[in-house]
Amino acid sequence: MQESILNSVILLSSLGSVAAVVLFVVSKKFYVYEDPLISEVEDILPAANCGGCGSPGCKAFAEKLVNTEDISELFCPVGGNEIMAQVSSILGKEVVEKDPTLAVVRCQGGCDVRPKTTEYQGPRSCAISSIIYSGETDCQYGCLGDGDCVQVCKFDAMYMDINTGLPVVISDKCTSCGACVDACPRGIIEMRPKQKRDLKVFVGCLNEDKAGIARKACNVACIGCSKCEDICPKDAITMTNNLAYIDPIACTLCRKCVEVCPTHSIIETNFPPKKVKKDTAEKKVNVESVKINTDA
Amino acid sequence: MLKTFLKGGVHPPENKLTSSKPIKRMSVPKVVYVPISQHIGIPAEIVVNIKDKVEIGQVIAKSGGFVSSNIHSPVCGTVTKLDKIVDTKGYKKQCIVIRTDPKNASNFEEPTLTLKKNFDLSSDEILNKINDSGIVGLGGATFPSHVKLSIKEGVAIDHLIVNGVECEPFLTADHRLMLEKAEEIIVGIKILMSALHVDKAIIGIENNKRDAIEVLKELARNETGIKVASLEVKYPQGSEKQLIQALLNREVPKNGLPLDVGVIVHNVGTIFAIYQAIQHNIPLTERVVTVTGKNLKNASNYWVKIGTPIKDLVNEVGGLPEGTRKIVNGGPMMGQAIKNLDVPVTKGTSGILVIPEGEASRGEVKNCIRCSDCVTVCPMGLEPHLLMNLSEKGLYDRANDEDILTCIECGSCSYVCPSNRPLLDYIRFGKSIVKQLNTV
Amino acid sequence: MDTQPIIVSASPHVHSDRTSKRIMYDVLFALVPAFLVSLYVFGISAFIVTAVAIVSCLVFEYVIQKYLLKTNITIGDGSALITGILLAFNLPSNLPIWMVIVGSLAAIGIAKLSFGGLGYNIFNPALVGRVFLLISFPVQMTLWPTAIENNTSFVDAITGATSLGAIKEGLMAGETMTEIGTRIPSTMNMLFGFTGGSLGEISGLALLLGGIYLLARKVITWHIPITVLVTMGIMTGIFWVIDPEQYANPMIHILSGGAILGAFYMATDLVTSPMTKKGMVIFAIGIGVITVVIRLFGAYPEGISFAILIMNAFVPLIDKYFKPRRFGTKIKAKILQ
Repeated sequence: MQESILNSVILLSSLGSVAAVVLFVVSKKFYVYEDPLISEVEDILPAANCGGCGSPGCKAFAEKLVNTEDISELFCPVGGNEIMAQVSSILGKEVVEKDPTLAVVRCQGGCDVRPKTTEYQGPRSCAISSIIYSGETDCQYGCLGDGDCVQVCKFDAMYMDINTGLPVVISDKCTSCGACVDACPRGIIEMRPKQKRDLKVFVGCLNEDKAGIARKACNVACIGCSKCEDICPKDAITMTNNLAYIDPIACTLCRKCVEVCPTHSIIETNFPPKKVKKDTAEKKVNVESVKINTDA
Repeated sequence: MLKTFLKGGVHPPENKLTSSKPIKRMSVPKVVYVPISQHIGIPAEIVVNIKDKVEIGQVIAKSGGFVSSNIHSPVCGTVTKLDKIVDTKGYKKQCIVIRTDPKNASNFEEPTLTLKKNFDLSSDEILNKINDSGIVGLGGATFPSHVKLSIKEGVAIDHLIVNGVECEPFLTADHRLMLEKAEEIIVGIKILMSALHVDKAIIGIENNKRDAIEVLKELARNETGIKVASLEVKYPQGSEKQLIQALLNREVPKNGLPLDVGVIVHNVGTIFAIYQAIQHNIPLTERVVTVTGKNLKNASNYWVKIGTPIKDLVNEVGGLPEGTRKIVNGGPMMGQAIKNLDVPVTKGTSGILVIPEGEASRGEVKNCIRCSDCVTVCPMGLEPHLLMNLSEKGLYDRANDEDILTCIECGSCSYVCPSNRPLLDYIRFGKSIVKQLNTV
Repeated sequence: MDTQPIIVSASPHVHSDRTSKRIMYDVLFALVPAFLVSLYVFGISAFIVTAVAIVSCLVFEYVIQKYLLKTNITIGDGSALITGILLAFNLPSNLPIWMVIVGSLAAIGIAKLSFGGLGYNIFNPALVGRVFLLISFPVQMTLWPTAIENNTSFVDAITGATSLGAIKEGLMAGETMTEIGTRIPSTMNMLFGFTGGSLGEISGLALLLGGIYLLARKVITWHIPITVLVTMGIMTGIFWVIDPEQYANPMIHILSGGAILGAFYMATDLVTSPMTKKGMVIFAIGIGVITVVIRLFGAYPEGISFAILIMNAFVPLIDKYFKPRRFGTKIKAKILQ
C-alpha cells in the first residue's frame, strides 16, 4: 500500500519536473519579440474591440498605431481625444483632435405618423426585407423598424422604442463606433459632431419625394418647402432633392428652423426650459415632443 | 419515360386555371406608365419631352449602352409627365407617363396581320432589328435579346432551344401563345436559326400542355431541323440550365453560360416578339399576361400594353375579390409580391396572381429538423440549409466556398421545407453580400 | 383590404403540404403495427411501459422548457412523443416504472434539450435513454419477459434471454450453433414476434410494414435502412460461411435484436442522420459494421444502439465531406440525336 503511494508520488513529480523543463526550454527557444509599446498602448485603449477605428480589434489597432509613422489618420472613436492624447504621449507621434460625434436617428416616422400599408412576412431583419421590397410603409427612405442597428450595437447604446417602432440612441452610452451606420440599409443613422452642451438640431427625415407623396406616406416627413433654408441666419441649411440638411458645424442652435418647419420634421433635443429628465428627453424623438418644443 | 433534368426539382400543384382561355385584348388604359429600366443592364435614356405627341411604336427612350434596350411608346398620346413611379419592389423608378389619345383610332384598332413566312435578311440585319425593337427575354429575366444573340467569333453553337416549358404554376401566357401563334413562332424560330447559322432547334414543352405540343409538332413536321420535345412536368424546368440538361443532357459548367455547351435558349414569347419585329416591323410594346387566382371569376390571358398599371388589369377581370391578401407579379414560385396596384406592367411581367386569405400567409418558422428535403430538391446540388445558416451567421466567405452564387433562386427549398424556414430569403441575402464582397 | 393590409413576402408564395408535424405523425402511424404485436405478446405491461415513457417524455420536455430554459414549449410538435415511444420500444416490457422515467429524463433532458432542442441534438434521444439505462441497470435491462401468445397476465413471471443473448452465452460456454439453435426461436417466430426482446423490436414483419409505409410516404429513403441490413447480412454472412458452428447465420442476425427497429426507425432519425444520400450510405455502412463487430466480438450480445450513437457522432464530419455534386462541375458533351 505504502509503496504504491510512494511510487505514484515519485512518478507524478518526475513527470511534472520533465514537463516544466520542456516548457521552459520551449518558451525560451521560441520567444517572439514584441514591441513593449504595443501592449502599453493596448492597455490604454478601451478594449471594446468594436472595430470603430477600422481595425478588427484594439490589439490590432495598437499594433497599427505603433507601426505607422503618421498616425494623424487614425482615431479611436470610443476613447476620443483623451485617449488619443495619451497614445500620443506614449508614442511621441502627433495625433489630430477630432470633434466628438454621436449617432442620431434621422427618422421619426413612428407607427402613429407613418401608417403601415402592407404586412411583411419573413425574417425580421432590415437587410433582408430591404432586398425584398421598400418596407411596410409607403416611405422608401425611412426606418424599416427591424432593429439591425440595435442588434449590431456592442455597447447597448440603442434600443427599439416599443411605442414608435423606431431605434433610439442612448447618448451616454454611444461611443460613435459607427457599427449602426454600416448596419442600416437605409442610411438613416448619421454620425453628427456633438454640438454645444450636447444640444442637437437636425432634420429627422430622409424622404426625397415631392411634398404631396412624402406627406401622404408620413405626417412628419420633410416636404422640401425650403422654409428652414430661408430663415436660417447662418446659411447652415441646404436643400437637395426635396430634403433639408443642417450642417452641424455652421449651425448655431438658434432653433428658428424648428419653429418654422410645417411638418415638425426638424428635431431638437436636450434644450431647456423643458426641465425633464435626461433619459426621457432622449426618447422624445416622436412628433409630440417636437410639438411641445415648438410651443415652448 | 419523358425527359427531364436529373437533379432535384419539385412538383407544386399546377393550377393552370386559364389554360383554356383564349388571349383577349385588354381595353386600352387611359394613362400608361412606362419605366425606363425594364431590362437587366443600363436604363434607357429618355428622348421625349413633356407635352410631346407620341405614336404607337415610337422610340421614347433610347438604349443606354450595349446591355440595354430601346423602349417604345405603347400608345398614341401625349407625354404628360416624366415622373417616378413605384416598381414591383416598391421603390420609385423613373417612368414616362403617357396619356392615351381617346380620339386616335390606332389605339383601339386590333392589328390584323397576315402570316408572313418569307424573309431575306442577313444575320446582322436581323440582330439590328431585334436591337431596335427593344426585345428582351420575355420569360422573366428580361435580358436584352440582341446581347444574347451577339455571339463572339469562334464560339460554336449547334442548337437553338425554344423555352415553352412554363413550369411556374398558374401561368399560361406562353401556353396560349404557342397555341394561338404557333405558325408565327415557327417562322420566328426559322429567323433566329438563320441569324445564328444553326440548323437544329428544339422546342421544349412540358407534358401538361399536350394541345400545344400537338399543334407545334404538326407544324414542325414540314420543317427541317425543328423538333418538339415533350418534357416531364417538373419545376424548375424553365430555368435555362435545367432545360438544356433535360433536352440535350449537357451540363452547363459552373459559373458558365449556355453558350459554353453550344446552346442558346430563348423563350417562346421572345420568339414571337422577334417574328413581329422582323416580319411586321412591330416593336415590343405589348405582351401576354396571365391574370389569375383561385378566387378570380374572370381569370384569363390578355394582350396588355406595356406600362398599363396593374390596377387597370385587375379592374378588367372584375376587381380584386373579397379577402385578397397578396398580389404577385409573376408566378407563385419566383414572382414578386407587390405593395400596391400602381405598379405598371413591364416587359418582364408574365402574370398577375391574386392570392386569397388563408394561402397568403407564411407558416410558423420552426427549428430545422435536418430532414434533408432541401438538399434533395435543390436542382443545383447545393445545401440550402447550410447556406441559410452561413448567411444568418454572417459567414459569407464560407457561403461563397459552398457555391452560394450558383443558386438560381428557384425557391424549391423554401417550398418544400417542412419547418417553413425562410431558406431562400437568407440565401438571397447572402448572395447579395457575397457579390458585394467579391466585387470589392 | 381596408382592414387587413396586403402581405408582402419573398418568393416562393406557395408551400408544399409537407410539415414537420405530418412527418412526426407518419412516424407515429408507422409504429402502430409493432406496438400491436408487442401488446399481443407482452400484454398490458407493454402498454404501461409505453404510456409511462410517452407521458414522462412530454412532462420532462414541458417542465424543462417552461421552468429551466424558459423558451417556447414545443411538446405539440410530436417529437417528444416519438422519443417516448421509441424509448419504450427499446426497453424490456417488465422494466420497473421508475427506470422508464429515469430513461425519459436522460433522453429528453440530456440528449435533446441540453443540446438546444429539436434539430440540434447530435445523438438520438431515445437511444441515449436506452444506453443510459443499459449501463446503469444492466441486470434489469437484460431480463426479458418470454413471449407468450395472447398474453393477458399483468406480471411476467417467466424471464429469459433474447436469442442473441442465448447465442452469446452458448458460444461462451463452448456450445456450437447447432446445439444453441434448438433453444432459440425459429426464424418464423422471430418474423412474427414470438421471441424475447425489447418491447418494440420483436416482430420483424410488423416493423417492416411500418418501414414500407415510411418509405412510401417519403419520410425516409431506402439508403440508410437497406444499407444497414445489407452490410450486416454481408458481414455476418462472411463469418457464417467461414464457420457456421461458431457464428449464427445472417437471417438470425437481421431478424433478432434491434436490427430492423434500429435500421428503419432509429438510424433514420432525420435530425441525427446525414443530409446527403452519399453520406447516408457511409453512415449506414458504419452502423452495420460496428453492430456486427459488437455482436460477434464484444461484451454485449446486441450492439446496434451503440453503433448508431457512435455513427451519430460522425454525422457532422460526414456532412462536411460528402456533399452533393454541384450542378455544372462535370461537363457532359453527349449530343442528343
